Amino acid sequence: MRKALLLVCFLFVTAFLLLAATSTRPFGTPNEAAMDDYFIANAQGEIAVNNVVTAVVFDYRGFDTLGEATVLFTAVISVLALFRKRREDEQWGGAA
Amino acid sequence: MGGCGMNQDGMSVIVRTVTRFVYGLILVFGFYVIMHGHLTPGGGFQGGAVVASAFALLLVALGTAGVKGHLNKHLLQSLEEVGALAFLGLAFAGIGTAFFYNLLANTGGGFFGVGVPAGPNAGVLNAGGLVPLMNWAVGLKVMTGIACIVIVMLVGARKEGTE
Amino acid sequence: MNVGNFPFVIAALLVVFGLYALLFKRNLIKMVIGVSLVETGVNLFLVMLGYRSDGAAPIYTYANAGERMVLPTPQALTLTSIVIGLATTALLLSFAVFVHGHYGTLDVRKIKELRG
Repeated sequence: MRKALLLVCFLFVTAFLLLAATSTRPFGTPNEAAMDDYFIANAQGEIAVNNVVTAVVFDYRGFDTLGEATVLFTAVISVLALFRKRREDEQWGGAA
Repeated sequence: MGGCGMNQDGMSVIVRTVTRFVYGLILVFGFYVIMHGHLTPGGGFQGGAVVASAFALLLVALGTAGVKGHLNKHLLQSLEEVGALAFLGLAFAGIGTAFFYNLLANTGGGFFGVGVPAGPNAGVLNAGGLVPLMNWAVGLKVMTGIACIVIVMLVGARKEGTE
Repeated sequence: MNVGNFPFVIAALLVVFGLYALLFKRNLIKMVIGVSLVETGVNLFLVMLGYRSDGAAPIYTYANAGERMVLPTPQALTLTSIVIGLATTALLLSFAVFVHGHYGTLDVRKIKELRG
């Protein structure tokens, strides 16, 4: 019974996703490209790099990279904190 | 120290010999991808992932007992913090004008200040301002962070599984 | 060659496969693989949004003169998304290691039944 209900919900979500994928714009025609045209035209003059993607990641949109560096740092610190050695009298999930 | 320990002894002789030969080449390629991030496809994150895969190869081929002489976990942890602080410091370097202001771009020769001709060209390594330095900071952070995660999870999984 | 909407359907199929693995599998590691598949499908969709017909990579080193370039901003956003996916997968696998150490099994139905 639960498995049948789960299957119906899964089929509903699949139909919704496929319908949404077929009703987008045709592949290769972006809608608004004014900001990216400015990036492509001015990256060599203002930032003096040849790679426009690196200029966007580190200079034009540097805040996003700062947030991403924070997320990566937090993940590494969390994994290191989870696998810390415990003392003998602190049981894992024992009596507080 | 028996039991079904995960990879205590590493893999066979063939894998260890090929690892010793290939490890340096992967390191050099990773540093090349990081260093030329402002000229060719690549950059800090991609090159850091390549170097981290070299560390993971060393860990799988030599086992947790054999890698203790090659990789120092405390050094890797300190380098990751240095990378994070260096990226933040470079973001604050141009605070006189704005946050994330590119201080060294187009300053006319010197330390990463050469201008780049417009249109397709052959690539100038000395250009870019603070962007190559940020590539190095982020690359250091990513490679040491992923190496720390892999080492801690493999050693910790062995201990948790046999408790 | 007119491909219409076919690449977007491929990205939606990746998300559908990931959802199937997340809903119908009982092993914890297979559910983590499902989450990774969903993230891969979403990243692929994000990169495909920025494509211009007959465009080249937005890099000026050794480029052909006067060529159209694809949009660079969705590629920058996908970089961030991939790193966040890595962080999520690392923490999910750490929790799977601890669950296996505590309960002795990775079956999600047995984790609900046994206590302590």
